[in-house]
Amino acid sequence: MKKYSVFAIAREAMRGHKGWEEQWSSPEPKKEYDVIIVGAGGHGLATAYYLATVHGITNVAVLEKGWLGGGNTGRNTTIIRSNYLYDESAGIYDHALKLWDGLSQELNYNVMYSARGVMMLAHNVHDIQVLKRHVHANRLNGIDNEWLSPEQAKEFCPPLNISKDARYPVVGAALQRRGGTARHDAVAWGYARGASARGVHIIQNCEVTGVKRAANGAVTGVETTRGFIGAKKVGVVAAGHSSVIMNMAGVRMPLESYPLQALVSEPIKPVVPCVVMSNTVHAYISQSDKGELVIGAGTDQYVSYSQTGGLHILQHTLDAICEMFPIFTRMKMLRSWGGIVDVTPDRSPILAKTPVPGLYVNCGWGTGGFKATPGSGHVFAHTIAKDDPHPINAPFTIERFRTGRLIDEAAAAAVAH
Amino acid sequence: MLLIRCPYCEEERPELEFRNAGEAHIARSANIAGESDDDFEKFFFIRSNPKGIIYERWRHMHGCARFFNAVRDTVTDKFVMTYKAGEPKPSKLPGVAK
Repeated sequence: MKKYSVFAIAREAMRGHKGWEEQWSSPEPKKEYDVIIVGAGGHGLATAYYLATVHGITNVAVLEKGWLGGGNTGRNTTIIRSNYLYDESAGIYDHALKLWDGLSQELNYNVMYSARGVMMLAHNVHDIQVLKRHVHANRLNGIDNEWLSPEQAKEFCPPLNISKDARYPVVGAALQRRGGTARHDAVAWGYARGASARGVHIIQNCEVTGVKRAANGAVTGVETTRGFIGAKKVGVVAAGHSSVIMNMAGVRMPLESYPLQALVSEPIKPVVPCVVMSNTVHAYISQSDKGELVIGAGTDQYVSYSQTGGLHILQHTLDAICEMFPIFTRMKMLRSWGGIVDVTPDRSPILAKTPVPGLYVNCGWGTGGFKATPGSGHVFAHTIAKDDPHPINAPFTIERFRTGRLIDEAAAAAVAH
Repeated sequence: MLLIRCPYCEEERPELEFRNAGEAHIARSANIAGESDDDFEKFFFIRSNPKGIIYERWRHMHGCARFFNAVRDTVTDKFVMTYKAGEPKPSKLPGVAK
């Protein structure tokens, strides 16, 4: 792997950019690997990367039915934050946030992590109570979060409408300054490049069609559209399709998959300097470095794998955006799309061993998995390598739905549940 | 937006009038306190989440307000049929190759 640097750019400029090499190779699948990861999204590729770098396991294949980063990694609204209520969530999301800081250097790949601040708006007394509770809980967990008056919120985000005449006036806000955004595609590409350079095979257009198990129940490999591939350890990181893959291994999951939509506007000059979210009117917005307003909508109400969704869901979100930012009422939207998110009953992920020996699962991130990408991959790699969870993901078991030890972030995670 | 046929109103109406109420044909135990942890988990949390034909409950919230069941393909979001609550799970689906 040739290092990216200003000198590399200068060198390539001198010779017509003919020396750039492929960022990752596309080898033919081998007959057997030590570990197979199902799903080449951010979480799966990060898992492979940390298996190679932290645990020295490089005989790894990442299987992807479509193209790398083409699922929810390329479809989310790129928001990063760690202001979750419960200790378990604070642990895993802040672990990720700490890894975001410095990820570009670690990967030698610009993931464009920008700690521009995530501001969550309060519109009524209940919101104030909930958000202040979060501020206090976060601070006890060592996570930055602070309370702003409406005037301070407006100072932090000038286009915000804080008029008292608004249908849902802004009465305060909680601000996590370390929160922000990153370039979603670059995260997948950076991890893919780093993993591939260390010997990991990334195999695209290779759909898993079955999970093979031995007589004692242990995993022996996966059937794919490119034939059988053996492995004693299989990690399922298939987002909306996780329950489909787990069913192939005979494990029924506490998951339901829903379409989640997002949209972007035409590009404009910088106007939104941070991320703004509102649970109550249900909207979140930021501005990409290209200048597009990136707007996240909600999920549809029914189970679906259609990667699309109802127009009324987008309309509802745009109503809220126009309420918060009247200056955007005449903006044109460029495109909208949907991704399939796998939602658990308690809205917390599952990163765990499964009842099947050698089968591991990292799923249930629901509507907010992008922010956790580095932390999720890091602890999931540990879980697979050691056959034992990392202390950070130890609470995120499948068994919690039997024991009742839920991590009930349903109300705590911001929006779009 | 989906168009959904309410089997009570016998009319196809826009999705906004309806609320999805989750997977259908999950029977609540008559002795819920006596359920084992495993059975309670299956009843309460585990869902089939199929990629393909799903049997699900809907409620005609802003119409007759009654619950009914529907059969839908989760890949195309196309409804195969709807039927009244309490009716058995249809064994044959019109227009679906099995």
